[in-house]
Amino acid sequence: MTTLDTDISDARTISKIEKASESSRKNLTSKGASVAAVVIAVLWTVPTAGLLISSFRPEADIKTTGWWRIFVDPSFTLDNYRAVLSGSSQYNLSEYLINSAIITIPAVIIPISVATMAAYAFAWMQFPLKNFLFILVFALQIVPIQVTMIPLLSLYVDLGLAGGDAPGGGFYTIWLSHAMFALPLAIYLLHNFMSEIPGELIESARVDGAGHVQIFTRLILPLMTPAIAAFAILQFLWVWNDLLVALVFGGGSPDVSPLTVQLAALSGTRGQDWHLLAAGAFVSLIVPLIVFLALQRFFVRGLLAGSVKG
Amino acid sequence: MRSRNMRRLAVAGALSASLVLAACGGGDDEGGEGGSAGGTSPGEGRAECEHLTEFGDLTGRSVHVYTTIVAPEDAPHKESYKLFTECTGAEVEYEGSKEMEAQILVRAQSGNLPDVAYIPQPGLLQTLVTQTETVVEPPASVEENVDEFFGEDWKSYGSVDDTFYAAPLGANVKSFVWYSPKMFADNGWQIPQTWDELMTLSDTIAATGIKPWCVGIESGEATGWPATDWLEDVMLRTAGPDAYDQWITHEIPFNDPAVEEALDAVGAIMKNDEYVNGGIGDVNSIATKAFQEAGLPILDGQCAMHRQASFYSANWPEGTTIAEDGDVFAFYLPGSGEEKPVLGGGEFVAAFNDKPETQAFQTYLSTDTWANEKVKLHPQGGWVSANKGLDINNIASPIDKLSAQILQDPEAVFRFDASDLMPAEVGSNSFWSEMVAWVTGQDTKTTLDNIEESWPSS
Repeated sequence: MTTLDTDISDARTISKIEKASESSRKNLTSKGASVAAVVIAVLWTVPTAGLLISSFRPEADIKTTGWWRIFVDPSFTLDNYRAVLSGSSQYNLSEYLINSAIITIPAVIIPISVATMAAYAFAWMQFPLKNFLFILVFALQIVPIQVTMIPLLSLYVDLGLAGGDAPGGGFYTIWLSHAMFALPLAIYLLHNFMSEIPGELIESARVDGAGHVQIFTRLILPLMTPAIAAFAILQFLWVWNDLLVALVFGGGSPDVSPLTVQLAALSGTRGQDWHLLAAGAFVSLIVPLIVFLALQRFFVRGLLAGSVKG
Repeated sequence: MRSRNMRRLAVAGALSASLVLAACGGGDDEGGEGGSAGGTSPGEGRAECEHLTEFGDLTGRSVHVYTTIVAPEDAPHKESYKLFTECTGAEVEYEGSKEMEAQILVRAQSGNLPDVAYIPQPGLLQTLVTQTETVVEPPASVEENVDEFFGEDWKSYGSVDDTFYAAPLGANVKSFVWYSPKMFADNGWQIPQTWDELMTLSDTIAATGIKPWCVGIESGEATGWPATDWLEDVMLRTAGPDAYDQWITHEIPFNDPAVEEALDAVGAIMKNDEYVNGGIGDVNSIATKAFQEAGLPILDGQCAMHRQASFYSANWPEGTTIAEDGDVFAFYLPGSGEEKPVLGGGEFVAAFNDKPETQAFQTYLSTDTWANEKVKLHPQGGWVSANKGLDINNIASPIDKLSAQILQDPEAVFRFDASDLMPAEVGSNSFWSEMVAWVTGQDTKTTLDNIEESWPSS
C-alpha cells in the first residue's frame, strides 16, 4: 500500500503532512495535555468503576448507601452474580446470553456480506441509474427506526414471520430488521473506503484477466479487512445493546429475547430488585468488552483507512 | 419465456392454496357455538374443573398471555395455570415485559397480538377498545363470574361505554400507612381510626422529637407518582367518591375548591417541617428520595409512619417480619370514620380473539377457584385479588389478609388510582411534575391551575 500511495502523492504534500503531524504530536505530548488526558480518563471511568463496585456489594448496602462507602466499610459478596447467573434462579441471564449471541452473530454477518458486495457494485461497476440508486441508499439513513416499526411489523405478520408460530422461533424478524437498519450506513461507509482503492490496481487486475468475482474475492476483500472489521465492531455493539428492535420485532417472547430484554425486567415488576442491575449490567458488558479489546487493532486502522494518505 | 410463465403460475397456485388453507384454519378456530372445541374435556368429572368442561378437549392448543408481571412475581402466575392445563389440556405461554403497556399498542396496530393480555390500567383498556378495536368481548360465563365474585365498582373498571370487556385479575390496596408495631406499643400510641386522630397522633409523635412521617417520591421518569397517590387518597376522604369520579372525568376542573382542600390537607402533612421527613432530611428531600427506600427509616426508629401501597411489602429488606406483632405492619389510612374509601389498582384480563382456549382461559381466571389456587402459591404473600370468593384463610401473609379484608368489606368503596384514569398528558405527565414542584415550594393554587391548563381540550 505504501508504495502505491507514494506514487500518487507528491513529495511536497508528504512533507507538509509530516510537519503537521509533528506539531500535533508535540502538542499532544505536552505536560498539560497529559494531565488533561488523565483527568478525563479518570472522570470517564468513575461511574463504571462505581457500577463494578456496586455489583459486588450486599443488597442491604446497595439499597442504603452509595458505592464510595466501600472505602470506609468494605464488604463484598458474589450473591448478586449468583442471583443473576445461576441456572436455578428465576433470572438466569446465562440463557439469554446465548440468545444474544444467536441474534447478534447473523445480524452482523448478514448486513456486512450484503453491504460489501453492494459497495463493490456502486464503486467499481457501471450500470444505469447508479448514482441515483446510491443517493437513494444514502438517503435511507435518515429514516428513523421508530417510524418503520408498525408498518414493518404488519408486513412481518402478513408474511407469517412474526407471532407465536413463526419459523425459527421468531429470530428471522430480528435478524432481518437489524440487517435492514444497518445496510444504508454499511453500504455508504464501505463504498467510501472501497472507492479509495486506486483504480490502477483494479485495472491491472482486469488486464491480467480477472473478472468481477475474482477482483472482489482476491483483491478487494483483503484490502478491506480493516474497514469491514471496524464496521463489524460497530454493528456488533449496536445489536448487542439493542433493546427496541428485539422488543418490537421479537415480540418479547422469552425464547427469542436477548440479554437486554431480560436486563430491563431484572429489577422486578415494581423495581424492588434493582440491586441486581449492577451485576446484570456487568454480565452484559463483558462480551462486547472482549470483542472490542480483541478487535481494537482493526478498529483504529479501519477508522484511519482512507482518511490520511501517507 | 414459457418456462418463466409456468413458474409464475406454479407460485401463484401455491400462494392461493396456502391462502385457502389459512382461511380454513381461521374458520376452524372461530367456529363452534358457545366457543367449544368439541370432544370430552380432560377435566370432566373433577369438581375444580366444572367451569371449564363446557369448552371441550383443548389438548394441543395453547394460550399466549402478555403481561407486565415479570420475574420473580411471574413464577406463581405460571404455577397457577397448571390446574387450567389439567382441566382443559391447553398449555399457557407466558410472556412478561415491563414495556408491555407501550408494546401492546404497537402490536395491536400491526396485528401481532397475543391471545390474552393483562391490562394494568383501565385507561389502556379504553384505548385498545376504542382506538384499535382489537379487544373481543368475553363469553357469558366470564360476565356471570364477575357479577358473582366482584363488586360493581370493579366490573365498571373492566368496561368501556357500558360494555363489559375485561374481568379483574389481581388487586392492590394503596390506602395503607406503614408503621412499626413495636415503636407504637413502646410509646403507647394507638392506631388512629379517623383523620383527626391521625393528625393528633402526628402531633404527639412530633412532640417526642421524632419526625412522624417519611415520604419519598423519586421514581425515575415517573417521579411524583407517590405524591399523586397521596392527593387521591385524601381527596377520596375530604371530597368523597362521587366528587372523585367527577374529578377524573373532568366534570369538575382540576383546580376545583374540593381538590384544593384535599391538597392543602396533604400539605398539612407533607409540607410541615414538624412532620417530615423522618430520618431523611427536610421537606425538600421528599422530591429526591427514591420511593423504594423512603419507608426504611421506620426500621431505625427515625420515622413513625409511611403512606404507601400494599406492594411496598416487597421493599423491606430480607429478614423483616411484616405482621401485626412484627417489625413493620400497615394500618388503613383513616377517613372521616363513616365511609371507607379504598384507593387501589389492579389488572384486567382482555382477550383479542374468541378461540375456545382463549375463552376457557378467561373463564378460568375469573373464577374463585383460580383466585384461591393463586393465593396459595404465595407463602410469603405479595398477591391478593378483589374476588369475593377468595378465602381469607388461604392467604398466608398478614398484610395481604388485611388487604383482602379491606377489599371484601361491604362498606368499602373502591376507587382506581385517578392518575391511571386521567388522560396521559395529565395522569402520567403534568400531575407528576407539578406535584414535584408543589413539594419543593410551589403553592397549591398555582399547582392545580397548571395541571388544569394541561388538561387536553375536547
